[in-house]
Amino acid sequence: MQRQNIRELFPALDQKVYGKPLVYLDNAATAQRPNSVVELQARLARSSNANIHRAVHKLASDATEAYENTREYVRGFLNAKSRSEIVFTSGATASLNLVAFSFGEAFIGKGDEVIVSVAEHHSNIVPWQMLCDRKGASLKVLDIDENGRLSHDALEKLISERTKIVAISHISNVLGLVNPVRDLCAVCHKFGVPVLIDGAQGIVHVKVDVQEIGCDFYAFSGHKIYAATGTGVLYGRKELLDAMPPFMGGGEMIKSVSFSGTTYAESPTKFEAGTQNINAVPTLIPAIEFAKAHETDPAITEFVYRKLTEDERITLYGTGLEHKIPLFSFAVKGAHHEDLALILDKMGIAVRSGQMCAEPLMDRLGVTGLLRASFAPYNTLEEAEYFIECLNKAIDMLV
Amino acid sequence: MTLEEKKQQVIEDFSMYEEWLDKYEYLIELGKALEPFSDADKTEDRLIKGCQSRVWLASELKDGKLYFRADSDAIITKGIISLLIDVYSGHTPAEISADDFGFIAEIGLKDNLSPTRANGLVSMIETIRKIAGEAGNDAPKNGE
Ligand SMILES: Cc1ncc(COP(=O)(O)O)c(C=O)c1O
Repeated sequence: MQRQNIRELFPALDQKVYGKPLVYLDNAATAQRPNSVVELQARLARSSNANIHRAVHKLASDATEAYENTREYVRGFLNAKSRSEIVFTSGATASLNLVAFSFGEAFIGKGDEVIVSVAEHHSNIVPWQMLCDRKGASLKVLDIDENGRLSHDALEKLISERTKIVAISHISNVLGLVNPVRDLCAVCHKFGVPVLIDGAQGIVHVKVDVQEIGCDFYAFSGHKIYAATGTGVLYGRKELLDAMPPFMGGGEMIKSVSFSGTTYAESPTKFEAGTQNINAVPTLIPAIEFAKAHETDPAITEFVYRKLTEDERITLYGTGLEHKIPLFSFAVKGAHHEDLALILDKMGIAVRSGQMCAEPLMDRLGVTGLLRASFAPYNTLEEAEYFIECLNKAIDMLV
Repeated sequence: MTLEEKKQQVIEDFSMYEEWLDKYEYLIELGKALEPFSDADKTEDRLIKGCQSRVWLASELKDGKLYFRADSDAIITKGIISLLIDVYSGHTPAEISADDFGFIAEIGLKDNLSPTRANGLVSMIETIRKIAGEAGNDAPKNGE
């Protein structure tokens, strides 16, 4: 499909900001949604809005079917073994908190260790810190290599007998490099340590097969992969999910409730307390269908990478085109990221600036923040060229 | 100039620029003209929280009037704070506390006024207000 035709599927792209055509390059934060997603959500709200799993009437059964079909669809998409391994959450953050809490309750005690990488999003750091504080466990930090990737050698050195889980990202939302998750999982499993992959960015850019990767948990958000906000997925290996206590208590997640003792339902229901995001979860299907059928123009990745690396005023973080996704975080000598973002905004270009929810990584890189441009399949090479042209103008204004 | 006159002046200066980028050019000029703090001046207690860029604000009460100095690592932000401290320096805490800071919206920086975490303009204004409030409490009351 021509890029222009792809754009027509996304109503949000066709607008002007400050009189300039919108160039949306903040896709790693939230991607725009295709009509198929917007319309499905509206249709469900209009005609199948009923609580799932509970009632016997027609609307409830339609809504339940849409919701449970999505679970089966996501199972297939991730190649999980069974639907009980697919838990719906409100997003990656909720998925990560669920694992940190429930896995932590079941398996982590005083003196144990959790490993995260220095390049993690706060969502994959803070829940683990909270767990460690609660349990008297400690958090160990895996460094990145000189390009910004995680290496299995470094990980192997960090694992000890006390390591209970390793939680790392498939792709960092700052560095934009695909980590060798299969090798990383293999190292952990050599020592019998389970691995959680934060796939918030990974799911968008890499074909994910959880069995092939060998991970024990994989977490992602719907809104970064063109689905409705407030949707998210946690894949968890069945043996582990079965051994974990619930994260939240409430309706639906129980087998039976009495004041003398409550028994819980099986996974995934055990982890889906309360009324779920019933009109939104089914949007994962058209969203993922879109994602499977389209990738960002590789010419954009090559062009932007080349422009940013050959400019002496610019330092790109996350290097090596081989593993690069179309996500570029960089610093400009003598120009503050916030100034650049403000100026680009007025030229119609939406980019991200600041710490990007990765303060420890900013400290590690020795910067107070960065500018980030992240591209999607609906972005055109012309937009990438316009971005570089405007970036140069902005730098000239500031330096 | 009175506080009112100074605000009118700023509004007039800004009305010359219709394009956003021209407004930014002007703020960048203002920012560059503002004397930077020494490293020793950039103390933690002067740092304004809530800004994506770092902003330091120092104040001094002289003869019942407040005087501000400021710096930032981002130049547009520095231009904005330069405007603010130009307008409010040399006025009494009571005058500053009574002001509604509405002229910021009038000069079209309203977009930058949204109380988002990314933008520190609100924090800058709150800090100036807080300083004025505290200085007002410390100052001797009329007739005392
Ligand atoms: C790598 C990574 N992990 C986790 C998250 C958190 O996702 P959400 O805010 O959708 O829960 C993000 C989103 O920015 C991310 O990029």
